[in-house]
Amino acid sequence: METITKNNIFNSQKLRQDFPILSKKANGKPLVYLDSGATAQKPKQVIDAISNYYQSQNANIHRGVHQLSQEITIAYENARATIQKHLNAAVSHEIIFTSGTTESINLVANSFGKKYINASDEIIISEMEHHSNIVPWQVLCEEKGAVLKVIPINENGELRIDEYKKLLCSKTRIVAVTHVSNTLGTINPVKEIIALAHEKSIPVLIDGAQAVPHMKVDIQALDADFYCFSGHKVFGPTGVGILYGKEKWLNKIPPYKVGGGIIKTVTFEKTEYADLPLKFEAGTPHIGGGIGLAAAIDYVNEIGLENIGAYEHELLEYATLKLLAIEGLRIIGTAKEKASVISFVIEEVHPLDVGTILDKQGIAVRTGHHCTQPLMEHFGLPGTIRVSLVFYNTKEEIDVLVNGIQKAIKMLR
Amino acid sequence: MRIAEIENELIEEFELFGDDWEGKYEHLIDLGKHLPLIDKQHKTDDRLIKGCQSRVWLHSELYDEKVVFTADSDAIITKGIVAILIRVFSGQTPEEIMQADLIFIDDIGLKEHLSPTRANGLVSMIKQIKMYAIALNLSQNS
Repeated sequence: METITKNNIFNSQKLRQDFPILSKKANGKPLVYLDSGATAQKPKQVIDAISNYYQSQNANIHRGVHQLSQEITIAYENARATIQKHLNAAVSHEIIFTSGTTESINLVANSFGKKYINASDEIIISEMEHHSNIVPWQVLCEEKGAVLKVIPINENGELRIDEYKKLLCSKTRIVAVTHVSNTLGTINPVKEIIALAHEKSIPVLIDGAQAVPHMKVDIQALDADFYCFSGHKVFGPTGVGILYGKEKWLNKIPPYKVGGGIIKTVTFEKTEYADLPLKFEAGTPHIGGGIGLAAAIDYVNEIGLENIGAYEHELLEYATLKLLAIEGLRIIGTAKEKASVISFVIEEVHPLDVGTILDKQGIAVRTGHHCTQPLMEHFGLPGTIRVSLVFYNTKEEIDVLVNGIQKAIKMLR
Repeated sequence: MRIAEIENELIEEFELFGDDWEGKYEHLIDLGKHLPLIDKQHKTDDRLIKGCQSRVWLHSELYDEKVVFTADSDAIITKGIVAILIRVFSGQTPEEIMQADLIFIDDIGLKEHLSPTRANGLVSMIKQIKMYAIALNLSQNS
């Protein structure tokens, strides 16, 4: 992919050609897709891998003696190895296929909770969590009589590490925080968060749904006990995601769902579970999803996450500057370390109205509370307009957005 | 005017804009600005149509066997949509409201607001309007 970074100029226009949907029109206008934080578009390399799986590879895995089954089993396990390598996990059986980040978190909350959470134990999350990293813990606390503790944020939308230190105590059983805020874009110092918990032998789960598409994640360097992300946000298919778990934890906690494919022996008296990773993968998995996700990871690695990160940072700075020039516009989330996500509000106009008028101009943004209602409450807002940028977005699109917002303001005020 | 007549009037009014989305939305916003506003004392949580993104308060009263609606919203396009509904339904009898079909929404090109998952879309507003009509009809006949 020399052409992409030739002379250090990131060739976004060329990469866009890999994404068939980006040449589509929306409401009769060229589509400007600024909602990759909700779900990213798919390159033809991923679409082809999925299509090829159904056209010429389909069979069930891990059980057939026939050639097709053996071939797809190898392909599926290679997909797992691709993800292991990408995250720099120690071994491939620490990579569990799930349906997405939500299921990954539910798996840990259920299985870890069943074994390790008791009445008056404490679980720490943060104020900027997505509902999917709040509700599973809340339900667990209700069931067990445990207590949910919340790390507050400062006015820039950064975690208060000083407060976090105070929350960590002998009652804390697990810490679950996001790597990157889906609403604010804040990149949290997860390495430090993990190290602080580990000083007290407390395991940490990281929600990496918004991090993996933008940056290199080295699981072993972070020393995370659990790490979750979704396939569809990293240019792969929907319905597939990953739970990374340290081998020692995955061996200790019970299966989340049970059924076929995860057992060694079943008698009516007792069932002995299979080894990792199959212990957590009951039922026929989303095989095509796993294949597609590996293709997406390969695609991202071919461009290079460092190149992606540098280009997205440039986009973030450009967009921030341009947006701030709009009168009455206020950015929510001004952390020092940010991924290419910008939330904002505009005086005297409602986010939903702005989103509607932008849509009419072919511009796709997200409006609302972004599944982070407690965070919205912190800022005293009913919602924001969120623009999320990835490597296939361009400065020209940001200009179109800015003009679109100006037009919306003119119409709405 | 009967419900069907008002609906036809609205269809004709919006047809004038053709493919001009800007004109159509400017008109919708303008209708929103002239929405018969809910009295402050009625702007309470129990009159709030719960939705995801914009808030809508809707109030109904019976005058002379006809239902009169007033409303408000924090979003102006939403206000425009409520204003259209109020224009159709205010001043009608509970029975007429209960029986009304609402295909005109499609005909005036606001179909995208009809999606049941769209935050505070038309669906929940229409449901609430019909609920009020049913309740008023019951109280009238009891």
